[in-house]
Amino acid sequence: MLRATLKSLLARKLRLLLSALAVVLGVMFVAGSIVMTTSLAASFDALFAGINSSIDVQVQAKSKLDNNGGSDTATATIPASLVPKIESAPGVAKASASVFVDGARVIGKDGKVTSGGAPRFGSSWGGEDDLIQLREGRGPTAPNEVAVDAAIAKSMDFEVGDTIGILTLQPKKEFKVVGIFGYSGDRDTLGGSQVVAWTLPVAQELMLGEKNAFTDVQLRADPGVSQEELKKTIEGVVGSGYNVQTRDEVNEETSKDIREGFKFINYFFLGFAGVALFVGIFLILNTFSMLVAQRTRELALFRAMGAARGQVIRSVLLEALVIGLLGSVLGLLAGIGVGWLLGKAFDAFLGSELDLALTVPLTAVIASFVVGIGITLIAALFPAVRASRIPPIAAMRDAATPDKPLTRITSIGGAIFVVGGALMAWGLAESGSLWALLAGVLLVFIGVTLLTPILSRPIVSVLGRIFAWSVPGQLGRRNSARNPRRTAITAGALMVSIALVTGVSTVVASASKSIESLVGETLNAELIISGQQMSAQAPVFDVATLDKIEQTDGVEAVSGYYVGPARINNRNNYLIAMSDPAATKRLIGLKAKSGEVDRVGRNQIIVDEDTADTQHLQVGDEVPVQQIRGSVTNYEIVGIFEKNPAAGTFMTGEDAAKNFQIAQPSQAYVKVEDGASVKDVEATIKTLLADSPEVNVQNQSAFIDDVTRQYDMILRFVQVLLAMAILIAVLGIINTLALSVVERTRELGLLRAIGLRRSQTTRMITVESIVISVFGALLGIVVGVGLGAAVVQALKSQGLEQFALPWGEMGFYLISSVLVGVVAALLPALRAARLNVLAAISYE
Amino acid sequence: MTTPLTDSSTGDAVGSKAAARAVDVWKVYGTTEDTRVNALAGVTAEFERGKFTAIMGPSGSGKSTLMHCLAGLDSISRGEVWIGDTRVDTLGDKGLTLLRREKVGFIFQQFNLLPTLTAEENITLPLNIGKRKADPEWMATVIKTVGLGDRLKHRPTQLSGGQQQRVACARALVSRPDVVFADEPTGNLDSRSGAEVLQFLQNSVRDFGQTIVMVTHDPNAASYADRVVFLADGQIVDEMTEPTSDRVLDKMKALDTFGAA
Repeated sequence: MLRATLKSLLARKLRLLLSALAVVLGVMFVAGSIVMTTSLAASFDALFAGINSSIDVQVQAKSKLDNNGGSDTATATIPASLVPKIESAPGVAKASASVFVDGARVIGKDGKVTSGGAPRFGSSWGGEDDLIQLREGRGPTAPNEVAVDAAIAKSMDFEVGDTIGILTLQPKKEFKVVGIFGYSGDRDTLGGSQVVAWTLPVAQELMLGEKNAFTDVQLRADPGVSQEELKKTIEGVVGSGYNVQTRDEVNEETSKDIREGFKFINYFFLGFAGVALFVGIFLILNTFSMLVAQRTRELALFRAMGAARGQVIRSVLLEALVIGLLGSVLGLLAGIGVGWLLGKAFDAFLGSELDLALTVPLTAVIASFVVGIGITLIAALFPAVRASRIPPIAAMRDAATPDKPLTRITSIGGAIFVVGGALMAWGLAESGSLWALLAGVLLVFIGVTLLTPILSRPIVSVLGRIFAWSVPGQLGRRNSARNPRRTAITAGALMVSIALVTGVSTVVASASKSIESLVGETLNAELIISGQQMSAQAPVFDVATLDKIEQTDGVEAVSGYYVGPARINNRNNYLIAMSDPAATKRLIGLKAKSGEVDRVGRNQIIVDEDTADTQHLQVGDEVPVQQIRGSVTNYEIVGIFEKNPAAGTFMTGEDAAKNFQIAQPSQAYVKVEDGASVKDVEATIKTLLADSPEVNVQNQSAFIDDVTRQYDMILRFVQVLLAMAILIAVLGIINTLALSVVERTRELGLLRAIGLRRSQTTRMITVESIVISVFGALLGIVVGVGLGAAVVQALKSQGLEQFALPWGEMGFYLISSVLVGVVAALLPALRAARLNVLAAISYE
Repeated sequence: MTTPLTDSSTGDAVGSKAAARAVDVWKVYGTTEDTRVNALAGVTAEFERGKFTAIMGPSGSGKSTLMHCLAGLDSISRGEVWIGDTRVDTLGDKGLTLLRREKVGFIFQQFNLLPTLTAEENITLPLNIGKRKADPEWMATVIKTVGLGDRLKHRPTQLSGGQQQRVACARALVSRPDVVFADEPTGNLDSRSGAEVLQFLQNSVRDFGQTIVMVTHDPNAASYADRVVFLADGQIVDEMTEPTSDRVLDKMKALDTFGAA
């Protein structure tokens, strides 16, 4: 039995390879994403371990906000007076105090600030050491001098002697480049970051905003003193306000942060792996169903010769196991390759100059095999059980087992659909979980697939009408309606991918429309100043510009926002400080629910209704607020406003701005006087913002375009990744058609014998293919719009107030599905057209 | 598994001699009065151990149905079916599986060899399925009788129709079943190959005491049997021992008129 199974497996290599391909693609995604993220993380670990190798213990001040991931070292400093005490502690061989903080944004020669998201450090020049090596020029000695690292010099084309503009805590300041430095190991950059270095007082002033302070003190231990011992000693010296970490702890923390950062990427790719595998299930299930149907007589023979049901099931599952194993191995290998390439691409994108070491963790191997084999076995289970139900008598006669009525499958499908819908509704509800949502979506897909056979009859027949003008067209259409289950599963694979991409398109279209209507209807400002946030630090512009704009001819009012993290009412949140609350109220159409929202004075705060509800806050209450600088202050709630997408949750007056990391505004709304030219005002503001390249001024429609373009980019990305799933669906269609051609060999021979031309045969198969794929796309679009609508409905309170259908995208998907149909039909049609008429007629 | 024969109505004296028995077997298709068809209408028959019995009848007489029911491949509406001491019609799937594994063999009109296996592998397939070891002596005997010689390592597609069917016969015999059921074994063969296969079946009855029940509509094929049972309209209408093809042909002609009448 085992041998018979394996031999029959070998006899159908090509077909099984096709189904294995689905497994390969899915597993490749899984293994690829794991390999990429672990390789990158391991390489970053190695990099930072190298960088930190000359430190035994590091001292930093503790952050005032515990949620800020250490990026606020600019505001938590070590006073210079503490440094000698640390230096003279027993066991310290060498102590170096420095300023080294994220937030020095270099302005390129094109006047723009670019960032790939990596930190841009501003530091104090401490001379060359194990790590830092001058390549050209010298270190800065005067206040107007700066040294930059080779990454900046190369990517922005700066040379010694050039003038360079840098944004810091202060607006743009210009310096003379006096030196270019690199790092040990001939590196241009430390993991993609940029570093500029001034003299210590300049660095303190620009990066910390205070004199006589440092961000780090790095220590070397005396020989014989361990990291741990030194750490204990130093903790005794500095007290509880500081973080004292050994080198191992520093490395561990960096490594943890990096892995945390990659987690999202990992989840993202794994999500697509899930989609690919889910679609793959359809393909495998269909292949096995068809193989079982083809092998009816053979399996019946086994039964007639005394094979038990279990043996038949096991023989089919054994095939699945072999395919799953093969697919897993190939997928793992492909995944390692893809992971490596993606890692390289990522490294190149970040400009991080990693020594990328290929790391294949055991989890990648285990996950590949578990997923690959598991999926194949699950998909083969139904066909296997069906195979075991073949009666032995089928070996005796031409078993034209009549099609079972579709009632059972339809009612089961309906039930699953309803359960899935309910789960989705629960998942989308405020209290629901993401898992319920995902499970719901999954069940909806399964339900729709089970409902597809019954739907296929009318829809396929209508679709087929389009082609009914020719005989081959009619034949093709009838063929596609011949086996509703098979058509359904084949179309189902396409349905899933198209549904997901349509769902995302619908949400994006709705989001764009919501933004548009929001800006158009509620925003009472013609011009908007904002920038794209590309790194941890929000883009800001020179605070002095606000006043200048206000005094510009034709400007009626300006309202600026300062934004930053804060701990409010003992919860981590973001605080907005308004330059002019009265103007803000008018310009963004803020409506008071209770209290007043246009007069927010010192130590006063307003809050949105939802947050007030959940935190049980009322006008007159006091909430403690801790910003990144300063100490905890109690703010009095003076107003609660109606939910407004242009507003934040907690908003206060301009006084709070000084306690953000950078006391400069990030956004502003400008109201132009009636009769004044918006264009002229925009041009004037543009010149005012020349030295603040992180932001720009836009009119409403440009602003809308800008925001929606970001959504479109997300959509493109999803489309590219789902194209992979669509590829698997195409494989499924090819598979189905190829099997249909084989099954109908005799029939095709007959048609050819009575005069059907080759081209007509080709057309017949192509029509069948197009009908199946368009049917799948139609279903997918309908289901996708449904999913999208559900998500939009659920996000209504988050500002997604409008529902829009992505007509353009939907048309595109539909047309693509026709192309998919044509492409999928190519090989099977060719094969059908090439049939030897005589041999085909006598084929059994 | 084996049920002792206690039902007095069937007569216990012959019970041990019959390899297979049908007792008042009815096979009814359709549920409503209009669509009801009696494929078998009260068939009682015995098939002797060590004998070659042919079931004959015109198309639609129910001969194939009778064989399927006897072999436990098809369910019956009423009556009893026995193979040796085992009552077949009450067996569940497991029991039937064991029955097929140990007590019956099949020969099909379409040969039904697995194209991916060699002739030899096809022959031993039933043993492999049942996870039983081949008795080497018996294997050698069977293979010798099949007379394939050096073609044992060939695939079915490399064999002629007659050779393929002889492989199928050997496959049916290799597990030494109580009964071999043959369904039109010569239906797909030319007369010479057909004669070879029938000779082979006859020999296996004579030399090894194999019991064979064969369905056919070919009088010449039936003439190889020890006994012929005639079926028409789902009932046994006659039987004949030591048949010749002429006598069988005459009988069949009479049946055709009988059926038409």
